Amino acid sequence: MYLYDTIDQSLVDQRVEQFRGQVRRRMAGELSEDEFKPLRLMNGLYLQLHAYMLRVAIPYGTLSSHQMRKLAHIAQRYDKGYGHFTTRQNLQFNWPKLEETPDILAELADVQMHALQTSGNCIRNVTADQYAGAAADEVADPRITAEVVRQWSTLHPEFSFLPRKFKIAVTGSSRDRAAVRVHDIGLVVKRDEAGAIGYQVIVGGGLGRTPMIGATVRDFLPKRHLLSYLEAILRVYNQAGRRDNMYKARIKILVHALGAEEFIRRVEAEWEAIRDSAVDLPAGEHDRIATFFAPPRFEALPNNDGEFARYRLEDREFAQWARTNVAPHKQLGYAIANISLKPEGGIPGDATTEQMNAIAAIAERFSFGEIRVTHEQNLVLPHVRQADLYGVWQTLKSHDLATPNLGLISDIIACPGMDYCSLANARSIPLAQDISKRFADLRRQHDIGELKVKISGCINACGHHHVGHIGLLGVDRKGEEYYQITLGGSADENTNLGKIVGPAVPYDKVGSAIETITNTYIGLRADGESFLDTYRRVGNDPFKETLYAAH
Amino acid sequence: MAMQVISANRLVDGLVVYMTGGGGWSERIADAQAVTGKEVGEVAMAAARVAEEARIIVEPYLIDIDESSGERRPTRYRELIRAKGPTVRLDIGKQAEL
Ligand code: SF4
Repeated sequence: MYLYDTIDQSLVDQRVEQFRGQVRRRMAGELSEDEFKPLRLMNGLYLQLHAYMLRVAIPYGTLSSHQMRKLAHIAQRYDKGYGHFTTRQNLQFNWPKLEETPDILAELADVQMHALQTSGNCIRNVTADQYAGAAADEVADPRITAEVVRQWSTLHPEFSFLPRKFKIAVTGSSRDRAAVRVHDIGLVVKRDEAGAIGYQVIVGGGLGRTPMIGATVRDFLPKRHLLSYLEAILRVYNQAGRRDNMYKARIKILVHALGAEEFIRRVEAEWEAIRDSAVDLPAGEHDRIATFFAPPRFEALPNNDGEFARYRLEDREFAQWARTNVAPHKQLGYAIANISLKPEGGIPGDATTEQMNAIAAIAERFSFGEIRVTHEQNLVLPHVRQADLYGVWQTLKSHDLATPNLGLISDIIACPGMDYCSLANARSIPLAQDISKRFADLRRQHDIGELKVKISGCINACGHHHVGHIGLLGVDRKGEEYYQITLGGSADENTNLGKIVGPAVPYDKVGSAIETITNTYIGLRADGESFLDTYRRVGNDPFKETLYAAH
Repeated sequence: MAMQVISANRLVDGLVVYMTGGGGWSERIADAQAVTGKEVGEVAMAAARVAEEARIIVEPYLIDIDESSGERRPTRYRELIRAKGPTVRLDIGKQAEL
């Protein structure tokens, strides 16, 4: 993992003291709320429905066990004993007090954490593939790139007041687990024919009010040019992006308005002027950052550990978990273990202090102290010996953390919705709870197979509903909670935006609508077809017919 | 004419509060002073802005309430959730303390 040097550390320490002073001045009446609000937002402190909410940055979803313990401690000491992992790989505390927030930030700074870049029209906290450094299918570790982008973008003076917020995601594998095509910039680390590392650069994707899939502006950008090229893109956006209408201010609108060709022409022209300048990272600095992400000291182990195989045969429950929640590792004899934060009837992404502490202890014992947060609101132990998987599973189970449902219908993304969020039209979480209870029978979930349900409480789409195989969007119909259903979205390397299937349905009809959709799929599927395969073959119509037949 | 109360968030901890008769602020909507009519509402809002200036609360606004069931309830669902707490965590928020 990256470790702060004195510059990183003094930056976050100074920021804490600066905010402490700002809070003091606010309390003393030297700052009005209008003056103070942008300052607190720049430190991740929002005002939500019930209280303040502090959004803690977890750059590219990488956490140490030490940091996890600190989050657990903050939840216990300053909040109500839990935290909420978000679709941006961050963590939100729902009940912090303004007067205590400087102390919380100081506690975070103690473990090299902060709440920078979690709000405002800046380059937000960079996200990445949660399997970074572990995935068997990885070309190169995306965390190195993500860390370079983090350092470049933190408090970047030119890009701190962009037309709108700006999100960058990185994947190191052709299998996209970071949803790079629906980010303002998506980077896919790849190799050219000579084996040199570079990037496919995708620009102008995004969800929200106007969902769009990004356009590839460079099929291969050599690694050394990364920062100057990003700078060129941001400059074109900063100059030409709309500031008169916040709904049209994201870069996707600019790319769409100019057309990809003209946008690329402008970026390339800007880049010509700054390429090979001081903007790009010296190779030595890149290498220095890369050393932090050197693989941990793996043991030389045989693959397909015998004990792992034996326990799978002997313990069906374990076998089920291993089937869904364990992914192949690049190192022989190791595996990636996913921790589902979607227990039956639970709140997606929530973890208690006790669970966070337990996960920290498990990571220390079994995963070199490393933990990852996924944009699907789960956690990952990236480096577990296959022989230890049974022990890991048993411990997880004792903390209600071993739900074997990764990628299945109950592994739902749900934004906080109207239970917490002041922008919401409708609730998201109770729908997720209802669906996960309806489909609690694991055999049924496995029979349905991979199915991603994603729920947003408003058009801002924090729950990624546009790219859910089934997407639910909360809308307000004369004060009642209704939900628009979209089908066929996906956020992987074959990104698609879901299509609206028909009129929105009321809150209490959503669960049965999901049952109808899955039953329709089961009735239509050909051998081996996933929900998405079937949907792509048959389209909306059969689902529309069964869903609205009675109306 | 619809009855209204003024709601806001308390500056120090952000918690939802309601303006009471004496110009104070309570976490319980039952304690709030109900007002009826535009003019009375404006007078009450002026008092709330004084509290905002005094750094007691932030973002005050009028919400519609209904007392026909015998219990005072905000008419908008969003406000009902603010008055009680998250519907998915009945163990926290005001609903847990009532
Ligand atoms: S999608 Fe809307 S309701 Fe959900 S968290 Fe985002 S802003 Fe809030």
